[in-house]
Amino acid sequence: MVERTPLFDIFTQIVLFLGLVSALMPFAIVVIAATHDLRTVNEVPMPLVPGHDFLKNAAEAWQRADLGPKIVNSVIFAAGVALGKVCIAALSAFSLVYFRYRGRVIIFWLIFVTLMLPLEVRIVPTYAVAANVLSPYQTLLDLMGVSWLIEQVTGYRIALQWGLLNTYTGLILPLIATATGTFLYRQFFMTIPDELAEAAKMDGAGALRFFRDILVPLSRTNMAALGTIMFVWAWNQYLWPLLVTTDSAHGTAVMELRELIPGAFGIPDWNVAMAGTLVIMVPPLVVVILMQRWFVRGLIATEK
Amino acid sequence: MAVSQPTTALDDPRRLPGVVGRVGRALRRGRATRADSATRATEKRAFFTSRSLGWALITPQLLLIFTFFYWPAGEALYWAFTLERPWGGGNEWVGFGNFAAMVGDPVYWNSIWRSLVFALSSTGLGMAIALLLALLTDRQLRGYRIYRSVLVWPYAIAAPALGMAFRFILAPEAGFMAFVNNIWPGLWNPALDGLDAMIAIVTAFAWKNIGYNFIFFLAALQAIPRSLIEAAAMDGAGVVRRMRDIQLPLLTPTLFFLLVINLTDSFTDSFGIVDIMTQGGPARATDLMVYKIYFDGFKGLDYSGAAAQSIVLMLMVMVLTFAQFRFVERRIHYK
Repeated sequence: MVERTPLFDIFTQIVLFLGLVSALMPFAIVVIAATHDLRTVNEVPMPLVPGHDFLKNAAEAWQRADLGPKIVNSVIFAAGVALGKVCIAALSAFSLVYFRYRGRVIIFWLIFVTLMLPLEVRIVPTYAVAANVLSPYQTLLDLMGVSWLIEQVTGYRIALQWGLLNTYTGLILPLIATATGTFLYRQFFMTIPDELAEAAKMDGAGALRFFRDILVPLSRTNMAALGTIMFVWAWNQYLWPLLVTTDSAHGTAVMELRELIPGAFGIPDWNVAMAGTLVIMVPPLVVVILMQRWFVRGLIATEK
Repeated sequence: MAVSQPTTALDDPRRLPGVVGRVGRALRRGRATRADSATRATEKRAFFTSRSLGWALITPQLLLIFTFFYWPAGEALYWAFTLERPWGGGNEWVGFGNFAAMVGDPVYWNSIWRSLVFALSSTGLGMAIALLLALLTDRQLRGYRIYRSVLVWPYAIAAPALGMAFRFILAPEAGFMAFVNNIWPGLWNPALDGLDAMIAIVTAFAWKNIGYNFIFFLAALQAIPRSLIEAAAMDGAGVVRRMRDIQLPLLTPTLFFLLVINLTDSFTDSFGIVDIMTQGGPARATDLMVYKIYFDGFKGLDYSGAAAQSIVLMLMVMVLTFAQFRFVERRIHYK
């Protein structure tokens, strides 16, 4: 740095080292506990030398929490959210930036407001919508008298019904219904020189051609950043999957942590619990470590 | 990626002069940046004329936010002011009855009180530690790159997985606190002692947020022009003095941005940790608001009560967000 400050440098290194240790400690303890047998993991204090039983514990946890299908579910779910978000956000930002139509500003604000209320605070009614995703439209038709009219004329009663409980669609769609990402793209599209669009138009490219051949290739970085963040975020979701998947076959991996909490009776098998926890928390961690540059960049750009 | 990045990354420390303004501005103004620029004349000179295509492209997003955002939010309002008739037949209008029942319920006040304690202590702890670590990491001594990447990792962990890890680490009979309990018997038991349980979930949540806060603090620190630091050093300001008189004031916008995000997160994102670590217990000592809404709505099947509580929570989150838009944007200016 600017000047020599040997004492303060030592202090800095000590504090940072302590920070590093406390950041890594939970990881380390999970890993170590996952390798012990039932007796060792309950010793006080727990030995910090890893044992040899990791595969056995992991197999037990895998079987108890039915992790095979659950991890497949989680991957489909997280990848679906990431992909859906990347597509929807790009399309709507493209429409907001490159088109002129009436109501554009209102639409912008309608989308912007969704940033304010996370899914968790409107969880009960969102669940009701997921149980029959067409119920809003049914209610609207009823209120406007359209259903009554149709019943009078044709004798047919409209009953729209499309349940999303225990489906991937039901898991994924409500998590895509926010503005995150739309603004990331919007800001990015704003920085793209007008000359590009002008040149494309002059060469006879239509809107979709311009989007596909110029905007999409240019925003690859943004897509990577947004996709990474969304994947990690969706993988780590807990409350929403817990509600939507009433049938355990459709559950996600993170939900299964509940099954791994040691019972109140008998010796708590923390070794199995920790092995399961390790298996469940590793995928997003790997994604973040591999994609750290994009992850950090995207996080700062989307501001959540 | 020729044109320009949306913002800087942690891996370009002080290299790009343009980055300073952009990140600084974005962080300082928080989410309001996008809103402002929407109404201002930042329009494209070149645009496409097809209106129907424009509508077609935005329709999927509109359908989604209508179905899964605006409709449920409206329905929460409807439920909050009505009560389901016991044998079906639609809802009965009860005005503020649900809210009155809620306000008269000591269990509800307990959950508000616990949520506030949780929000303030986990936010304070998480931000203070992250700030210290970011300030020191920004000095770029040896090992800087390692700290920069490892300290981000906690953010990647799912809250319930973290809750599980900390449940073990802080368990009274095994793990680490058992060791402490051997020395001072009965000192620590989150399963019986409400305060211990609160400390446990605060620790876990703060630990998770340190990674997130660290990213933002470090990015903001790296956006401070190096010439400022050097000029101060030439004037004889030492490291600590520079931190206090230059870096901290310049960080104020980031501090407020993170304060709002952390508080909001602690209201909304705490469910996983509570559910895995304490289930709201012991004796409702960790019965946070989201947990109570979930419990009343889905276990107690009291949709109206849960909706009324959701409305209060929504208002709290909205007030926080508005505070960020208005108050913070106006009062905190360091140009």
